[in-house]
Amino acid sequence: MSIQVDVEKKLFSRSRAFDLKASFASEERMLVLFGPSGSGKTLTLQLMAGLDRPDAGRIVVDGEVLFDSAQGLDLPARSRGLGYVFQDYALFPHLSVAANVGFGLTRSLASWSLSARDKERVHEILEAFGLSGLAQSLPAHLSGGQKQRVALARALIRRPRLLLLDEPFSALDPLLRAQMREEFLKVQARFDLPVVLITHDPADVEAMAQDLVVYDRGRITSILPFKRLRQEGRHAEELLQGLIQATPA
Amino acid sequence: MTAPSVLTPLLLTLKVAGLATLAAMVLGVAGGFAFSRRAFFGRDWLDAACAMPLVLPPTVLGYYLIVLMGRRGIIGSWLQDTFGISLVFTWQGAVLASAVVAFPLVYKSARAAFEGVDRNLENAARTLGATEARVFWRISLPLAWRGVLAGGMLAFARAMGEFGATLMIAGNLPGKTQTLSLAVYSAVQAGQDDLANFLVLVVTITCLLLLVATSKLAQPQH
Repeated sequence: MSIQVDVEKKLFSRSRAFDLKASFASEERMLVLFGPSGSGKTLTLQLMAGLDRPDAGRIVVDGEVLFDSAQGLDLPARSRGLGYVFQDYALFPHLSVAANVGFGLTRSLASWSLSARDKERVHEILEAFGLSGLAQSLPAHLSGGQKQRVALARALIRRPRLLLLDEPFSALDPLLRAQMREEFLKVQARFDLPVVLITHDPADVEAMAQDLVVYDRGRITSILPFKRLRQEGRHAEELLQGLIQATPA
Repeated sequence: MTAPSVLTPLLLTLKVAGLATLAAMVLGVAGGFAFSRRAFFGRDWLDAACAMPLVLPPTVLGYYLIVLMGRRGIIGSWLQDTFGISLVFTWQGAVLASAVVAFPLVYKSARAAFEGVDRNLENAARTLGATEARVFWRISLPLAWRGVLAGGMLAFARAMGEFGATLMIAGNLPGKTQTLSLAVYSAVQAGQDDLANFLVLVVTITCLLLLVATSKLAQPQH
């Protein structure tokens, strides 16, 4: 797995201007983007997914160029082959759990109907995520943990080459958080899936990061090979403490 | 009071208002969606222009329609020369007048409804491989549907009651372009109070039912 991201994007709104310049590369299977809210992590993820367009730059995943302003190349989000789990999960409120999960399997405009094989795939993945009993429920009736499982299943059923996760655990209560982290690492191992994860929680970094990119106000302040640092007995808490304090206010 | 004197304008009104609502819904949904999703030069002015039929006197609208669609109008003369069609003094002209008047009601509520759809849901669909057409038909429109439908019902009620613009472009020809609201006017003018009373009752009850249905739709779900 390899990811190379080098993007620039300026956003203007009535109240503020935001300027993102981010450049990083990783060969690891769990890249964590860490930083306070409003530092440009989510924007980076959206640029990678093709949901917003960089002013300039280049995005390459596994050797395939997804965006390159120099070549005028910009693959639409639907063709990038990336999975995206939104912070609020973005489950389609008018569709059942099964229809949410099956959404990405068909391109049909006319109906929900899936082929028998695709129905089987939906059934299998719901089973794998312990959601079989909820197949016909609407998202409004699910708990936070269940919603997250549905969002994951919906993204994974398309076999993305890379999964993007925006603050996946922040909406959960603290007790559930640790449990869902464990659960997610198991899922990642089973689907053998490279992941880019955004968080502002040092505990997520501690439990998951292999490579670590630290954001502050639209800039990257450091890039750390966290897997090696962890093996050397370092901890996220003290590492990040030092980094955040080192940043001039 | 005879059955045809009620039934003929009633059926004509339903036909005219139904077709006008259909046209207003297609254009209103397309316009409302485009305006809610795209920023472009002159959007505020075009938005105001789309809402104009709500505030302009119907006679002014009717005059515009005559100027544009009349036999010597820019579009009207082209229609006449190319297809041999004239909208003046026809029920199709009444459909056009009603559609123009009803359009802003669909447009306004469709735009508000589309603006209420969470963009992240559309983005989620895109990351799941959906084309823009699929995003619209499977996500945006179903989620905005109640607002669109409420606008459509208001549009139907408004189209049923259209008088001024219809009178100017389609006239008041019994059996041909005389809709309920025109028939009420004629009945009162001719002193046929029984007929007028009955027609007024029909219009009132229909509009009342439509408004109740609309407010039911506008209530939040759950």
